[in-house]
Amino acid sequence: MVKVIAKPVVFLLCLLPAAYLAYGVYLAFSGGEDLLGPDPAQYLALETGEWAIRFLIASLAITPLRFLLNMPSLFRLRRMIGVYAYFYVCLHLLVFLWFLLGWQWDNIGREIAERPYITIGFSSFVLLTPLAATSFNVAQRKLGRKWKTLHRLTYACVILAVLHVVWIVRSSYFDAVLYGGLALVFLGYRVLRHYSESVRKYAIFG
Amino acid sequence: MLIKTKKDIPSSEITPESVYRNRRQFLKDSANIAFGAATGSVLAGPVSAQTGDALFARAPVDINLASKPEWLVEKAANRTDAPATGPYNTDEELTPFSDVTTYNNFYEFGTGKGDPSSNASEFRIEPWTVEVAGECAKPGIYALEDILRPHTFEERIYRMRCVEAWSMVVPWIGFSLGDLLKRFEPNGNANFVAFETLVDRGQMPAQRSRFATIDWPYQEGLRMDEAMHPLTIMATGLYDDILPAQNGAPLRLVVPWKYGFKNIKSIVKIEFTRSMPNNTWNDLQPSEYGFYANVNPEVSHPRWSQATERRLPSSLFMPRRIETKMFNGYADEVASLYAGMDLRRNY
Repeated sequence: MVKVIAKPVVFLLCLLPAAYLAYGVYLAFSGGEDLLGPDPAQYLALETGEWAIRFLIASLAITPLRFLLNMPSLFRLRRMIGVYAYFYVCLHLLVFLWFLLGWQWDNIGREIAERPYITIGFSSFVLLTPLAATSFNVAQRKLGRKWKTLHRLTYACVILAVLHVVWIVRSSYFDAVLYGGLALVFLGYRVLRHYSESVRKYAIFG
Repeated sequence: MLIKTKKDIPSSEITPESVYRNRRQFLKDSANIAFGAATGSVLAGPVSAQTGDALFARAPVDINLASKPEWLVEKAANRTDAPATGPYNTDEELTPFSDVTTYNNFYEFGTGKGDPSSNASEFRIEPWTVEVAGECAKPGIYALEDILRPHTFEERIYRMRCVEAWSMVVPWIGFSLGDLLKRFEPNGNANFVAFETLVDRGQMPAQRSRFATIDWPYQEGLRMDEAMHPLTIMATGLYDDILPAQNGAPLRLVVPWKYGFKNIKSIVKIEFTRSMPNNTWNDLQPSEYGFYANVNPEVSHPRWSQATERRLPSSLFMPRRIETKMFNGYADEVASLYAGMDLRRNY
């Protein structure tokens, strides 16, 4: 039973932040109650960005947690979390282009090229795109072994996203420390695991 | 982190200036009516305007403060209105009270724009003292009442441009900083004046944070001629009331041609100095925040352009994005202070 409902429940939970923000946008559009505050564009950019990095880190957490907690069923959620990360990254970019830059293309090009933290954030989005595009079963089967190699790009995307966050630190290191620390733990786990596995191989053959 | 819920009044409820202008009259009238109704004589007795004013001054407006000093509330209520024309006023739409008081930076109370209003509800301004030090004839520790007593409060409606590229229009209550500084008789060595914000880890949660980038106390400074300029005020209130804690109670600087971070809040120290004093943001990130911090659309912040600003409250689909003006539109008054200076280097 848990197995059957876990996925749809997690799916809906992950959708909640976006649904709340979309409701806020709808109210702003229809002139209703104000959920987004006096600087709605900035608020939406911050919120979508926060959720994007949270989902990115969460997608990185699945593999270590699956082994540490011995819960193979967690794997069934990994793709969904990863696609949600891309979804929130897209929302973040959309808010930036639409509400903060108003689709002024010359400005957009200049912002992406001239502001390093935006360049970095945008690169993370670009690198995530092929991963999202190959997240379907068919693609996975067709790519076979290459799929896994390709999807290791996630690591680079997370590192770029964390740099993007660190770059906008103003009065508090909290976000930088939190997301940077978590990324370090989950990436470090992979390095250690890789290392200890090769040690074991040597032990067998040596 | 949970999704933040907004408890403030919709930003679409912009206070039209005429309504705001009439508010005092309205309050008088409604006080009269309430008084009349209570005594069953709405039409019978003329209730004096005095009664209305007195009721207004003591109206229990719920702002973030542990207590509101009566004498200060009364001084704020008795302020003179801003002149109709000239740089002390503007015909631009006022930013509603609810936005001015719930969307701002005061990093001592947290990093989010709503943190100051959420975390400052029991802020104490009684007692309050200001230390005056440095190159002057009358240094000392002064009680707030002694600092403010000789000054008549005036209303000043100024644009407030944040370095983060948003802006507001705020009806401040305050008085000329120059008039205050003269009382301490600065001497010939006083080239600059430095200010410090209260440090109180008990009351200011972010000062307890291990993650704060700021080395408290928050510090700011002005060149003496900037401090003495008639546009520069020591603010003690906004709209019709004294300052709420989150806006820098009981005493804050307002220098309308500079980025908002120059407007140091909750001041406890004023020092006249020979050399250029530290200012917090410049210490933190000298490539991004200078000492002068004059509003300048031509000099970008390294991470964003300063050419335009979002006038708050903004809306998603009809964003109020406006061109930023040199010296925030006060160039006629202040440009001469910087004659011959390279404003690209002295940002």
